[in-house]
Amino acid sequence: MRNQAIATDPFNKIWNFFTSVRLTIVLLLSLAATSIIGTLIPQNESPQAYLQAFGASVYRFFDLLGFLDLYHSWWFQTLMLLLALNVMVCSIDRLSATWRIIFPERPKFNLSRFRRLEPKEEFTQNCAGEQLKKPYQATISRNFRYCRVEETDTGYAIFGERGRWTRIGVYIVHLSVICMLVGGVIGTRFGFEGFVNLAPGEGASQIQLRSSNQRMQLGFTIRCDDFKVSFYPSGAPEEWRASLSIIEQGKVVKSQDIIVNDPLHYKGISIFQASYGPLPSRQQDVQRPDELTLVFTSKATGMIYPKKAAVGQTIELPESLGKFTLDEFRNSYDFRGQDLGATIIGTLHQSDGSAVEVVLPVQFPSFDKMGPIFNKIRKDDMLISVSGLKTPSVEERYFTGLQVSRDPGVWVVYTGFILIIVGCYIAFFMSHRQVCVDIIESDPNCRIVVTGTANKNKLGNELKLKTLAQTLSQENFET
Amino acid sequence: MSGSLILSIVTFVYGLAGFLYICAWIFRKQIFGKVATWVALAGLIGNTVGILMRWVESYQLGIGHAPFSNLYESLVFFAWVIILIYLIIERKIENRIFGAFTTPIACLVMAYASLKPGITSAIQPLIPALKSNWLIAHVITCFIGYAAFALAFGVSGMYLMKKSRDEDPVMWVEVAKPLTLFLFATLFSRVLFVKDWVLAGMVGILICLVFFGLVLLARNLPAESKARLLDRFPDIRILDELGYQLILLGFLFLSVGIITGAVWANSAWGRYWGWDPKETWSLITWFVYATLLHARLTRGWHGKRIAFLSMLGFASVIFTYFGVNLLPGLHSYGSF
Repeated sequence: MRNQAIATDPFNKIWNFFTSVRLTIVLLLSLAATSIIGTLIPQNESPQAYLQAFGASVYRFFDLLGFLDLYHSWWFQTLMLLLALNVMVCSIDRLSATWRIIFPERPKFNLSRFRRLEPKEEFTQNCAGEQLKKPYQATISRNFRYCRVEETDTGYAIFGERGRWTRIGVYIVHLSVICMLVGGVIGTRFGFEGFVNLAPGEGASQIQLRSSNQRMQLGFTIRCDDFKVSFYPSGAPEEWRASLSIIEQGKVVKSQDIIVNDPLHYKGISIFQASYGPLPSRQQDVQRPDELTLVFTSKATGMIYPKKAAVGQTIELPESLGKFTLDEFRNSYDFRGQDLGATIIGTLHQSDGSAVEVVLPVQFPSFDKMGPIFNKIRKDDMLISVSGLKTPSVEERYFTGLQVSRDPGVWVVYTGFILIIVGCYIAFFMSHRQVCVDIIESDPNCRIVVTGTANKNKLGNELKLKTLAQTLSQENFET
Repeated sequence: MSGSLILSIVTFVYGLAGFLYICAWIFRKQIFGKVATWVALAGLIGNTVGILMRWVESYQLGIGHAPFSNLYESLVFFAWVIILIYLIIERKIENRIFGAFTTPIACLVMAYASLKPGITSAIQPLIPALKSNWLIAHVITCFIGYAAFALAFGVSGMYLMKKSRDEDPVMWVEVAKPLTLFLFATLFSRVLFVKDWVLAGMVGILICLVFFGLVLLARNLPAESKARLLDRFPDIRILDELGYQLILLGFLFLSVGIITGAVWANSAWGRYWGWDPKETWSLITWFVYATLLHARLTRGWHGKRIAFLSMLGFASVIFTYFGVNLLPGLHSYGSF
């Protein structure tokens, strides 16, 4: 802000550009507005899914603008970088300009300024002003960390102040924002995120990275000794527990059970219980059923309609939702490289005459939720799932999906988290307050005027001044 | 008597309190206001008991967990915080008119939780991802933040009612007002209770008609009764400051809520930020309120502009909370 008028050389020009709070507001609102786009378009899907959903030209257009991986696109990152620069430059500029003013050797009190302040709390005491000096000074220094008495033309004044340091609260908040962004950058540059699927008894020493198609060597082996899945009576999952061993140079160096929310840490690398899936071997046991039960859940009414059907049969749906043909039963179905196991393929003839293919993996009753997202022709009016297809084998066997990641920036980010909480509290709810108790001698009485300032929460400060004046007026000085 | 039954009763108690606050405001009778305060307090106690009973009941069912685990429970807690903060403010500023604008919000929240099909009041067992102590910290902090923003929204409404009369109408503002209201009313009726956009549009038009009907009615009131309705509103300066203080409180708790969510996500999935729609919308809300704070602190915005920004912020809060269900998010736990 300071040098705005005299900026001539390019550095100063750029510097001044970044000291503008108007820029901050523009950036914050741009980030808010553009972030919305990324929540409307599913991010980081496969090109096939996009082609199906949007068509070729819209897909290319979105891809060009970076809308399909918006938060990592160059222009979104540029906005973030500009915000970081803006926050940094603004803070440095203001802090360096006001440091001397905020933290002087000796606080200055301008009496005439205090005398002009409104509102004033006034009262009189039946004694000479000199008598009040000691008790008043004691009261003020009890309430304010710094207290000083100065002679004035009409008597003397007691000044008090507290919370000068709270003026740096806002800079703590700004520092925290920088911390979080820097931590994020450290994480993406020096960390990794990957996954590996393990069946009980299997081990792996390399993982599949999420950011690319590459695999990475870990330097040790993760072995899954056991994996148990338990369900509530309602069918909702209760717990996934994987017993893991870390093997380095042929020796088991660490063994631990992991569940969701309780990962394993080894050498800065964390292993999380992220997902699970049925083992394909089990799927071959499923006999092609003569008849099976399809469950149609209407989104309009919430009603659930179980319907029996055999392969090749077409059934009529209630609530004029259309017709459904059960085309095929398969023992495996490939979805983005993962085998979904036993799967029903059907055709939905919707009420408007259009027909869409429907994929219903038996293991994943909510898979069909994605139907309307991937296929725009499909109406979003119901959910279809398969039920009652029991597998002959008694014991269900699953593989565990492990997330393996390393993020050296996380502690920088967490430091930012702590700083922003502390900083916001200081910046919002603590203030720099000054008070002036002006004692005006008018023999034999004296008149006392209490005024004060606060850099924040002016109304609250007025109330506090009122209370202070009340305390002062009620003090007993005879003894 | 089950916790859910008590909470259903509390809905009506809050409704009664809101009715009494409105009576106190319109008929200027002290007694209504005093009774309203006691009714609201009784509602708050009932609300507390209901929440605690659900906690106990969950242990009796053998799936013990804190009662902050699904949409129903979060809404009930949301109403609880709104009433709690409101009663504290009522004691502080000694003005009950604010109650006419806030207790109905709490009643609506409770009614929505009980009546909306698809929101179950049954106590459900926790899925693995929710089994974490961060759940409690995350839900509590988020909803204190949301409640503070809801109250700030109410204060902004009062501010605009008190302030809006003494300015010359500007053409484009007069056109923009109903259009904006229509868009937001449509969006939120779609988000909150209507299944398709055409119906939502009609509800939006209805809301616009009712709103501008009331505005027109208020404009044509005799000056005397208009003044009678507004003269006991808190001073305009107090409303501005109160709204601002609530936004500060909300911003602090929203930040803590996002942070606890991030720390939790890091312990569950190994990433503290994944740009999924819910996370992103909470950040958008954060951006809107951060804009408000900077506009006010350094560019000296006050009054009406801040009131409108505060309303925009609350719209973003509601969208974060409910609207995300409309978005094409594939981010759900456990495979698909």
